[in-house]
Amino acid sequence: MESNTRITMKDVSFTYEEASSPALSGVSAEIRPGEFVAVLGHNGSGKSTMAKLFNALHIPTEGNVVVCGYDTRSQDLVWEIRRRAGMIFQNPDNQIVATVVREDVAFGLENLGVPTEEMIPRIESALSAVRMNKYADTSPHMLSGGQKQRVAIAGILAMEPSIIIADEATAMLDPSGRKEVLDTIHMLNRNKGITVVWITHFMEEAALADRVLVVSEGSIRLEGTPAEVFDRVEEMREMHLDVPHMAALANELRATGVPLKKGILTVEDMVEEVNRILCPSKSKT
Amino acid sequence: MLSNITLGQYYPVDSRVHRLDPRTKLILSIVFIVAVFLAKTWVGYGLLFAFIVLAARLSNVPLKMLFRGLKPLKWILIITFLLNLFFTPGDTVWVSFWVIRITKEAFFQALFYSLRLVFLVIGTSLLTLTTSPVALADAMEILLSPLKVIHFPAHELAMMMTIALRFVPTLLEEADKIMKAQMARGADFESGNLITRAKAMVPLLVPLFVSAFRRASDLAMAMESRCYHGGEGRTRLRVLKFTRNDGIACLVVAALVALLILEGILL
Repeated sequence: MESNTRITMKDVSFTYEEASSPALSGVSAEIRPGEFVAVLGHNGSGKSTMAKLFNALHIPTEGNVVVCGYDTRSQDLVWEIRRRAGMIFQNPDNQIVATVVREDVAFGLENLGVPTEEMIPRIESALSAVRMNKYADTSPHMLSGGQKQRVAIAGILAMEPSIIIADEATAMLDPSGRKEVLDTIHMLNRNKGITVVWITHFMEEAALADRVLVVSEGSIRLEGTPAEVFDRVEEMREMHLDVPHMAALANELRATGVPLKKGILTVEDMVEEVNRILCPSKSKT
Repeated sequence: MLSNITLGQYYPVDSRVHRLDPRTKLILSIVFIVAVFLAKTWVGYGLLFAFIVLAARLSNVPLKMLFRGLKPLKWILIITFLLNLFFTPGDTVWVSFWVIRITKEAFFQALFYSLRLVFLVIGTSLLTLTTSPVALADAMEILLSPLKVIHFPAHELAMMMTIALRFVPTLLEEADKIMKAQMARGADFESGNLITRAKAMVPLLVPLFVSAFRRASDLAMAMESRCYHGGEGRTRLRVLKFTRNDGIACLVVAALVALLILEGILL
């Protein structure tokens, strides 16, 4: 726990039982406390496999995954790992267990054997952290996709985790639901210092992370801040990944000789940079 | 059309019967079923009737809801009544022509047997109308937990019931969606005889089953990732508590049973 990494992967390979080739091979990475790390990759790149390795749902075929100081290989530490590294899945419907929101949030606590009196305040604070306390007595099937995902986050939050791993948690949501969930996660990351591993194929979501790991064909191909990663437009395209529109535009302008700085991701960045070039005197303000 | 379905027949109002501990209600319902078979005379049936009226009044459930349970049984009731009426031997002949012979004894036996069925149905309806399915699952888990000694999966059964209840609306919604998708491509679910319509359901059931299995595997993974490891060492958010009212309810039912036994001895 006291180490300066939350998750350490060392030469990790993982092969599914029926599969002929490994889903991940020779991956090493570190995730530090309080970091918001986006794992980016197209379908079948191995990014979901990586998520399941972090939660001890998969055990690496080779190498080691250490989560909060616990090696996922040791069978008797599995529950210690899972309570510290909570996981949110893609389909909001398939991860809610109970027929009432409050009871679903309680599910993890019940499993951990937390006494009932202690459960109630923890559920309340988890639900208010994701702003779902109004819905505590609602039936989950009455909620929108974004709300269901927030309930799922509350269910993990109640277990007081150090890490939240989201495996394409926004892939099945509409744009407003996606924003809802993303805002909630960012808020938890900032205010509670919870480490976030955000697995996604949406560039815009990855652009908001502290650090991006790009996974392709079972290994980490690029690593760095969003600005560093998205400036490598050609390499990203080779991996069938897009870059944010502004990063692509900046890249093309640079190719025609416009001296744009590196790391342009959003429209605001672009406006500021173009202003700086066109009227250098104003940009100081 | 499927969004406002109610699960089971739970009638969610507040009443003294609703607030009883589900364990009390479950046990008392079983005792009541036995008690119904103890009644032999008018006095006994009168007692049972009085008890049902009392329980129904206290439960705030409208009479219409209580009688709804009898509707599917109407043919059984009629047949029971008629068979007993015509085929019970007796001495005091009331009506007699051709092969039909109705006696006083037969009439009362027919009436009692039908009443017995009515009481059974209404008594058990009272349980399901005033107890939510989740509470019932909880009660079953606790009441069956002594059987864990002989490896009876009490917790697993209750967990399965709760999950099934949770997924009923989800799967209904999905069935609706698949049905509409197939109707849009020309499938016909509404015409033809029973067999044709049953056959038309096959292309609906196959994708529904496939998706249910996928959901089950997703859910199992989600549950494991939230530290689910069976019933051992598990605490619960909902704690069932016996109150004074539970005691009173037990006393009332005990009195009913005692009176019925007395009736059997004395009359």
